[in-house]
Amino acid sequence: MKTEVPVIIAFIAGMLMIVSFFSPHPVFAEPAAMMRNWAIIITAFAYVLGVANIARISAGAVRTRGRDWRYKIVMLLSLGAMLGAGLVGGIQGGSVFDWNYNNVMVPMQSTMFSLLAFFIASAAFRAFRARSVEATLLLVTAVIVMLGRVPVGERLWSGLPAFTEWIMEVPNMAAKRGIMIGAALGAISTGLKMILGLERSYLGSDK
Amino acid sequence: MSEAGDRNGIIQKLSQVDRRLIYLVVLVCAVVPLVIGARVTLSVSPPVRGLFDAVEELPPGSYVYLAADYDPGSLPELYPMNIAFVEHLFSKDIKIIAASLWAPGPPLSQRVFDDIAPRYGKVYGRDYVNLGFKEGREAVMVSVAEDLRRTFPEDYLGTPYGEIPMLEGIDNLTDVSLIVNVSAGYPGIKEWVQQIATRFDVPIGGGVTAVSGPEMYPYIQSGQLVGLLAGMKGAGEYEQLLGKPGLGLAGMAAQSSVHVAVIVFIVLANVFYFIERRKKL
Repeated sequence: MKTEVPVIIAFIAGMLMIVSFFSPHPVFAEPAAMMRNWAIIITAFAYVLGVANIARISAGAVRTRGRDWRYKIVMLLSLGAMLGAGLVGGIQGGSVFDWNYNNVMVPMQSTMFSLLAFFIASAAFRAFRARSVEATLLLVTAVIVMLGRVPVGERLWSGLPAFTEWIMEVPNMAAKRGIMIGAALGAISTGLKMILGLERSYLGSDK
Repeated sequence: MSEAGDRNGIIQKLSQVDRRLIYLVVLVCAVVPLVIGARVTLSVSPPVRGLFDAVEELPPGSYVYLAADYDPGSLPELYPMNIAFVEHLFSKDIKIIAASLWAPGPPLSQRVFDDIAPRYGKVYGRDYVNLGFKEGREAVMVSVAEDLRRTFPEDYLGTPYGEIPMLEGIDNLTDVSLIVNVSAGYPGIKEWVQQIATRFDVPIGGGVTAVSGPEMYPYIQSGQLVGLLAGMKGAGEYEQLLGKPGLGLAGMAAQSSVHVAVIVFIVLANVFYFIERRKKL
């Protein structure tokens, strides 16, 4: 029973969602909408669970002076500060939460993203070598696309942006489409196996 | 030491250049164009033109659902797009319903509205609304498409759906003329296309980070995306079409010089590599 009941529930839920995708009839659409609402509520609770879990693990690491415990103090204080600011003062423009978001979180995350430019430049110098025919093709294509995406490339050759667009629309798209179709077929196959009860790993490792 | 030996030593040193020097070159290339206010002119690519034209064709008073599915991590590339979209939509008197599937998204939408709405005399609740964040990914997309009120019973600041004048008569995504998605990853534009485009027959366009751009080309060719902005270049092109140079065009001058620096590094590295390889043969 511990196995059969979840498999039956998965079958009914899976089939309902598939049928509701193709048929807007209320018999299928209404229960499907209700199940989507359940999914939204459950994922919202996952946030609460996530916050509780990270707080518990971090507090434990601080108590036992575990790895990076000083950073975990900062994390816990930041978590508490933002949570408190949001709950007490609200999240509207001009609130403490909003100020922290715009003046702490936004610049810090943007800085992390911007660091990519430095790492890419360094990595390109150290690792991007024409060691084989494939690597040479990749390298030449990368240089063309990089040049074609900036105005200086157009100055060098007026046809470069159009050539870059051709690379994106023909060879790139052929490869991407192949990958996407393959991934979609894999997802359909896994989904069907779960719905039909052939794939039961979601029930636990010993099932 | 012989002259050839000196030359080999120099090449070896150059090929192992300190990464801090590379960082310094990148920093200079990024900062100088921004400091001197360099401006560039871009050629507009068809996917950008497609989205611009799709907005141009909307009659005044139409509704657009602006899904701000990004966070401050991708702000340098996507924020200029968000600004350009809102500028364009407001200039056409189109009403905007903003929402996000990313928790940090709504404050970014709000920031754009707060900056731009006063310039066009737009009023919150009458011309635009920010419905905030909802967790649930694809389930929320379909839920929004079927019943917007049920999915977002109140807006970002807690105002009930029924008390927002512009949402009167707007029940689901079939009541909007276009979905514009600013997307930093999952859930984002790909999922909007997969869940909504064909099933609910609502046109979708949007902007993504440069690194995600190539993945979206099949959807443009199939017509499931009416247009696409990829990275800062896409934002710059859109600003150019709009005739309002902003962060995108300003950033493109810096990005241009950094691209050239990276290309020079790649070429130099390969020149050193081939010289060393020939030496070893």
